[in-house]
Amino acid sequence: MPHYPLPNPLTVMWDYTDKVLELFYNPKNQGAIENLCEPDIAVVTGDVGSISCGDALRLHLKIAIPTDTILDARFQTFGCTSAIASSSALTEMIKGLTLDQALKVTNKEIAEYLGGLPEAKMHCSVMGQEALEAAIFNYRGIEREAHDDDDEGALVCSCFGISESKIRRVVLENGLTTAEQVTNYVKAGGGCGSCLANIDDIIADVQREASAPVAASLKKAGIKITTDEVVTREQKPLSPVQKIALIQKVLDEEVRPVLIADGGDVELYDVEGDTVKVVLQGACGSCPSSTATLKIAIESRLQERISHNIVVQEV
Amino acid sequence: MSVIYLDNNATTKVDPQVVEAMVPYLSEYYGNPSSMHTFGGQVGKAVKQAREQVAALLGANESEIIFTSCGTEGNNAAIRAALLAQPDKKHIVTTQVEHPAVLNVCKQLETQGYTVTYLSVNRKGQLDLDELEASLTGNTALVTTMYANNETGTVFPIEQIGLRVKESGALFHVDAVQAVGKIPLNMQTSTVDMLTISGHKLHAPKGIGALYVRRGVRFRPLLIGGHQERGRRAGTENVPGIIALGKAAELELEHLEEATKREKKMRDRLEKTLLSTIPDCEVNGDPKNRLPNTTNIGFKYIEGEAILLLMNQHGICASSGSACTSGSLEPSHVLRAMGLPYTTLHGSIRFSLSRYTTDAEIDTVLQVMPTIVERLRALSPFNNDQADWLQNQQHAIAHR
Repeated sequence: MPHYPLPNPLTVMWDYTDKVLELFYNPKNQGAIENLCEPDIAVVTGDVGSISCGDALRLHLKIAIPTDTILDARFQTFGCTSAIASSSALTEMIKGLTLDQALKVTNKEIAEYLGGLPEAKMHCSVMGQEALEAAIFNYRGIEREAHDDDDEGALVCSCFGISESKIRRVVLENGLTTAEQVTNYVKAGGGCGSCLANIDDIIADVQREASAPVAASLKKAGIKITTDEVVTREQKPLSPVQKIALIQKVLDEEVRPVLIADGGDVELYDVEGDTVKVVLQGACGSCPSSTATLKIAIESRLQERISHNIVVQEV
Repeated sequence: MSVIYLDNNATTKVDPQVVEAMVPYLSEYYGNPSSMHTFGGQVGKAVKQAREQVAALLGANESEIIFTSCGTEGNNAAIRAALLAQPDKKHIVTTQVEHPAVLNVCKQLETQGYTVTYLSVNRKGQLDLDELEASLTGNTALVTTMYANNETGTVFPIEQIGLRVKESGALFHVDAVQAVGKIPLNMQTSTVDMLTISGHKLHAPKGIGALYVRRGVRFRPLLIGGHQERGRRAGTENVPGIIALGKAAELELEHLEEATKREKKMRDRLEKTLLSTIPDCEVNGDPKNRLPNTTNIGFKYIEGEAILLLMNQHGICASSGSACTSGSLEPSHVLRAMGLPYTTLHGSIRFSLSRYTTDAEIDTVLQVMPTIVERLRALSPFNNDQADWLQNQQHAIAHR
C-alpha cells in the first residue's frame, strides 16, 4: 500500500496563521509581573473570562506613573491555541504605549497583528482588548461594572453573561452584520441560542444609528428610506422657515461633508414649496452623469429626512 | 514522524484484509446483486455471505440484518420505524448523553407531537434505573439508549434496561456503534429489538453500517423505493462496503477476546501512569463498567484544544470535550450531563485504543504528556483549586 505522509503537523486542525502558531508554541511575555514597589511604578492586572466559559486572561501591566506609559506587559491565559496567541500578541502590541494610546487598541487590531483569526475564534481577540481595558480602568480606579451599567448594560446572553453594550461595541468596531458573527466574536448566542433574535435587533439598531450621519451610505448612492422615520416626520408639518432651515442643516451636516471629501460640493440656492434648488459641483467637474447621480442621492436623502415629496433641481 | 493513533472512537484504520476483500467488488465484480444473470448473482451471494458474517458477530440471524450507509442512518431508521409501527403511542425515552444522531432526532420529534424523556446520568455517566422505570408509561413507544458512550466509554446495563422496557410494552433500540467489537453481543438471548452498528468504528471503511431488527418487530423503512434489503432499505446496495463490513465483522469476532484483553491492559497502564505522574487529573466515566479501549482524563486548569495541538506536535491523535474542539461554544454535552466541574471539563482528553495500538506508542504518550500539561499550566492563571480567581465561579451545571 502507498504511504501517504502527514501534512505538516504544526498546521493542521484549525486554520491558524503561522503567526498564531508561532506565538502559541513560543509565547512571548507569559507569566506575572511582580510588584517590587518601585517609586513611580505601578503594577496592575486586568481579568477577563472565567473557567466556565473555557477561556480566561489575566493581563499584568507595569506602568510608569509620571508618563502614563506601559513599561512591561505579561499574560496568564487559560484557553485554546488562539486565546494564548492573542494574549501574547496583545502584550507585544502595547509595550511602550501610553495608556490613552493603549485604550484605542481594538480587537480587530489584535486579530490583524496575528495575520487574522478563524471567524469562530474572533472572541479570543475581544478577550485581549477587554483585559487591557480592565487593567487600565483598574489602574485609574474606574469601576468597570459602572461603565457597563448604563441603559445598554442589560444582560442579553445569560449563557455567557454578555451585555448589550459589549455586543454593540463589537458590532460597531468590526462592522458585524449577522448574529452568527456576534457569536464568533463575543460568544453571545452560542449557548441555548434563545437570545439570537435579540442580537439581530441590536445589530439592526446599531446599523441604523451608524448610518444616521450619512457617512458611507451616501457614497453608495442607493440610500434606503426606513418607513418608520418617514411616518414620524410627516406627523409634524413644518413651517416654510423651519423647512428651509432643516434642508440647510441636512445639506450641511449630512451631505456636504461626504461630497467635499470626494472633491465635490452643493450649495442651497432656493426653496419653492417642495422644490429644492441647488448648485451642484460633481466630483468630476461638469460630467453630466456624475451630477445626475449626485442629484438623485441628495434628493433621496432630503426625502428621507424632510418629506418624500421633495424634488431637487439643479440651477 | 509516525502517527500514534489513539482516536479509535472517532474512526479506525481499515484492516488490510478488509481492503483486500472489498477491492474485487470495486473492479471486476461490478454486477448488481439483484440481477437475474450469474454475473450479478455471484455478487448477490457475496452480499449474503457478508450478511451472515455480520449476523454471527451479533449473535443474530442473517434475515435480521439490514445494511445501511452509516450509524446515523441506522439510528434514524430504527427510531422512525418504532414510531410508525405504533402510531398511537407518543412518548420516547432516551438519555442526555446520546450521540447527536439520536439526540437531534428526538429533539425534532418533539416538534412533531412527541414527548421525550431525557434520562439523567450521575457523575460516572451511569443511568438511574429507577428514573427509567418511573419514566415508562403505556404511551411509551420507544426506549433508545446507547450501549457504550463514545466520549467516556461508560457501558450501560443494557439487559437490565431491556427487562424494564419489555414490561412496559415499548420497543427497545440500542445504538451499539461504540460497543460492537469491544463487548461480546448475543441478540438471541437479548432484550434488544433493534441495534445499530457502523463499519468505520470496527476497521471497515466509512459509508457502511447495519441495523439489526429482531424478527417479528414491525418495521417501516426510512428509504422508500426498490425491494432491496427485503423492502426494508431501498437503494442499490453498497456492495464493496457490505463485503468490507462482513470481513471486518469476521475479523472482530476472531480478535475480540484477545484484542480487548490487550487493549484493556495498555489502556490501564496508560491511565494509571498518567494519573501517577501528572498531578491534578482524574478519570471521567465509570472505571468499572467501561469499554476496554477508552479512557477519558480531565487535566485540570488547562484547555483541551491547546493540549491536542501540543500532542499533535508528537503525532499523537486524540480528542477533547472542550468547547473549542466541539465546534460550538459549549463543552461536551456528555461531560456536562455528568456534572463535572469546569476545572476538569475543558481539559478533558479522550484516548481510545485499537488492536493496532502498541506498547511503544503508549510509552511515547507517557513520556510527552507530563511536559505538555506542565507547559500549559505554567501559562494558566488557575493552577490549583485555591486560586483566588476560581473561588466565586460557578461549577458545572448539567443542562441540555
